[in-house]
Parts: sequence; structure tokens; C-alpha cells
Amino acid sequence: MINNNGFIGDWIKENSRVLDLGCGDGSLLETLTNKHQVRGYGLEIDPDSISQCIDRGVNVIEQDLNEGLENFADASFDTVVMMQTLQALRYPHLVLDEMLRIGKQCIVTFPNFGHWRTRADLVFSGRMPVTKRLSYQWYDTPNIHFFTYKDFEALCVERNIDIVNRNFVGGRASDLGLDSIWPNLFAHTAVYRLSK
Amino acid sequence: MANDLQSSKGQTAIAKTAVAFDRPLNLACGFELTTHELVFETYGKLNSSHTNAILICHALSGDHHAAGVDSEGKSGWWEHYIGPGKPIDTNRFFVVCPNNIGSCFGSTGPNSINPATGKHWGADFPTLEVGDWVESQVFLMEHLEIDCWAAVVGGSLGGMQAMHWSVVHPEKLQHAVVIAASLKLSAQNIAFNEIARRAIQSDVNFKDGQYLEHQTSPKDGLALARMIGHLTYLSDHALGRKFGRLVRSGDLDAAQKELVEFEISSYLNYQGDKFAKGFDANSYILITKMLDYFDLVKNYKNDALATFSNAKCQFLVVSFSSDWRFSPECSEEITDALIGADKNVTYLRIESDQGHDAFLLPDARYENGVSLYLNRVADQLEAEQP
Repeated sequence: MINNNGFIGDWIKENSRVLDLGCGDGSLLETLTNKHQVRGYGLEIDPDSISQCIDRGVNVIEQDLNEGLENFADASFDTVVMMQTLQALRYPHLVLDEMLRIGKQCIVTFPNFGHWRTRADLVFSGRMPVTKRLSYQWYDTPNIHFFTYKDFEALCVERNIDIVNRNFVGGRASDLGLDSIWPNLFAHTAVYRLSK
Repeated sequence: MANDLQSSKGQTAIAKTAVAFDRPLNLACGFELTTHELVFETYGKLNSSHTNAILICHALSGDHHAAGVDSEGKSGWWEHYIGPGKPIDTNRFFVVCPNNIGSCFGSTGPNSINPATGKHWGADFPTLEVGDWVESQVFLMEHLEIDCWAAVVGGSLGGMQAMHWSVVHPEKLQHAVVIAASLKLSAQNIAFNEIARRAIQSDVNFKDGQYLEHQTSPKDGLALARMIGHLTYLSDHALGRKFGRLVRSGDLDAAQKELVEFEISSYLNYQGDKFAKGFDANSYILITKMLDYFDLVKNYKNDALATFSNAKCQFLVVSFSSDWRFSPECSEEITDALIGADKNVTYLRIESDQGHDAFLLPDARYENGVSLYLNRVADQLEAEQP
């Protein structure tokens, strides 16, 4: 995924408050706390991930994003982050609205289902893609929405969400600069900085 | 390897002590308790800089015997969680568990002699609040020459003490572990406590609380009080799983069913009677009232964020899905306030069908969470040790 949080770090101010939705093992919050002295909280429901967070000393809150975020006050965080989780939510558009209510800015990353490898899988095998980065079978996957970065940007227009920055990460294609020239084909992960 | 495991997970060594304080304890009700005594157990060793001490706060019916097996062969009430290699690891921490004042296991309470009258305090024992227990624990802390607890840990009423510590003595603890607790009791909670008290007071042997002077004991009233309380600590599902409609004696198919006794009836009666033999009725009234009066945020304009803004420690908050006395929502209110107040907090909502009692029972996820959290605390302490 994103091995160095370089550019995400550039978007996050020192000593600010960060809420990470679906924080996984807490590694992003740990990095942000160590490098940017943020005060961070992560929401997570997977027991093993929660354990890893506790082990890292990351503030982890056991809360299901699909049950709503009403317990968080308006603009109570400087940044709300959600990495690789949007595609697994029941109502991604409603969670996006909530993120922008709670955070002064939001950072969202998601797997780009327009990547050439997933396209190739669908076209050549006639089967739903199972790639290294999307390793689940269609009947047993947390990823219940399939969309590309173009779909996401259309949603942003529809819901009056401002795209402040966007970045694409594409592994080896990234080195050749292909992901920035033709992101829907070569970027496997899309990274957006949003505000309202 | 097997030997290592044996020694690191062996028996918990218990040191039982009593301490008498000659200086007055000023209670929240305005009464000055001129002297008081605390009975307490400790487990593990205090390190040279006195930084590895954990205070265990017991709940309504708890005592100082939290871990290990005592001389009478009785296991501690939190035996699953305190001991060598356990979540509260006595190989790394010095664990202190007092019996609190107003209770009935050796510390000053209604069963003690009132120095002013030479008779048992009985129902005249002064009204207590959670803060009084905490102030008495501060005396104990000074006696043990501990400046700052590594953690204050408790479930239910114990969690309320841990929160009180964090707000009123922010410099005196590094971590608060708040399990199955609440910022205050709900009307339903107070109602259950009132029914329990009425049950005790209705017993003819209660004698307005001066039963010791009359050499009687309101055992039936106390047993009934406990039966009500005990039932509210369990979940419908767990009761159904354990007892269902199982019959202990008699025959449900017989025309005359008078002799039928359900397993649940037998169990609850047994629990009530057992409790009534070991606990004091005045203490039960006193401590249930203490629970009713508890309201952490009242003195802070009912603002939970403002309340916790004083705290300096880090928090672990734990709830259990089927707990309907102090539900997960109560713990989530605490957690949200701590997040709003910018405090370090981790919150675990443990899936369990054991109701409020879950905080005392073995559970792999709960054990693992507390263990990971406190082992990290121990790692940091040990790294700072000279």
C-alpha cells in the first residue's frame, strides 16, 4: 500500500488531532504520532488489529463505522483519515459526509478498481479479479463496493466535496510515471485530500 | 521451557496486612472519622523506585482478597486476572488491594466499634461517597511510600473509583483501567438498589440497623437483596444457556406441581443464602447508597469533557456487550468524553453473554486486552528503572 507516508504527512499539521477510521494495526497513527506529534485515535473492529494497536500504544476505540459516527462532535478533529476502507462500508457516501462534518479536512485512500491488472483479470478470464492487492473471492470479501477513481470524483461533485489534492500510487508503474499520466489504468491506490 | 512456564505462572504469594491510621479522614458528608483501619493484601514486589504499584479497587461486595488462594483455601475474587504471568502480572507489578471502609471484611465499617459510644456503629456509620474510599486509599498509598500508582484498576464501582482518582488526584496515577463502569447510575440502577435496601429493612431482624446490639441478623432480607442484585448482573441469554427450564426436583408432568423446584430457583436461593452468611446488611445499604450518590460530572457543571480535562493519566475503558447494569453505552460515554478532552484512551467492547458479571470471569479477548495494555506499561516502567 503506502509504504512511506511522506505526502500524507505533508498534509497533516504537527500537534493536530487525527481520527483514523478503520485504523488497522495502528501503524499510520504510530508514524504520525512519532513524526508529527499528533494526538491520534483510531476506530477499529477487528480484534487482532485492535490488539496490535494496544501493543503499539496507539489509542484504539472499538467502534463499527457502519453504526454511525454521531458520537463525534462537529469539527472536533483537524484531520479524519480513512485508508483502504471506503470500499468495505455499507454506505460509503454517508460516511464521507460524516468525515467531513467531524474533520476540518479528510484524507481518503482506496484501491482503484480501474487498475490494469484488475481490468485484465475481468476481460481475459471472465471472472471477478483476484489479484495480489485484491486477494478475496467475490463471495467472501470485505470489499463490497467496486469503483474507480473517476467514480469517486463524480461522487465528490455530486456531494459538493472539494478535492484539495489527489495522488496516485502504482508500484512499479509509479517509477515510470505511468500512474500520473494514466491513473485509472496504472494506479492501484488513489489518495485524496478533501474538504467541504 | 516447561519449568520456566511453571515458575512464571505459579501460585500467587499473598501478603495480608492491616494498617491503622491515627489521623482523621474528613468524609464528604462532613463527618470526621478520627481513626480508621484498612485490611489489605499485596502481591508481587515493589521496585526500588516505587513506581510499579497497581491499586485494585473492589466493587460493592468485594474485599481485599483479590488473588491467590488464602489460608482458608479461598480463591481471590479476581484470581483470573491477577497473578504471575496473568493480565495484571505480579512478576512485574506490586499489586495492592484494600478492603475499603464501610465494608465488612476487617476494615473500619458498621461492624466496628464506634469509639464515641463503645458500641457497634451499625446503621449510624457515616454516609460514604466514592471519594471517601479514594481518600482512604491515599492514606494507604502514603503508608506504602508510593507517590504515583502505575495504574488504578477496577470494575463496576471499582471503575468509578479509578475515574475519581484520575480527576481528583491527577498527579497520583499513570493509568486508569475503567471496566464495566459508568459516570453515574441510571434511574433503573438506583431502583434496583432501592428494592435491595427495602428487602433488608423489611426483615424483622433488621432492628433499624442495630441488629448486632440485639444479637440478631437480617439474613433473609440480605439474601433477598442479593438475589435481586445477582440476577441483574447476569444476562437473560446466559441464564437460559445455564438453566433454561431445567427442574431440580419435582415433576412438571405431574398433576400436582407444588413440589417442582427449577434449577434457577435453587441457584438463586443458594447464592442469596451464601452471600447473607458472609456479608453485612448495613454495609450493603451503605455501599449501594454510595453507588447511587456517585456522579462524577456533577461538580463540573455536568460537563463530562470538562470533568476529564483535569486528568493526566492514560485510560483503558472496557465494556461487555450483554451488561445491562452498566451497559457498553455507559462506557462509550466515558470514552467519548475522554476523546473530547484530548486524553489518551483505548476502548474495548468485549462480546460476552455473561452480563455485568463478565468483568470477573475468564474471557480470552478481555484477558488479552488488559494484558497487552499493562505489559506495555510494565515495559516502559522497567526501561525507566535505574
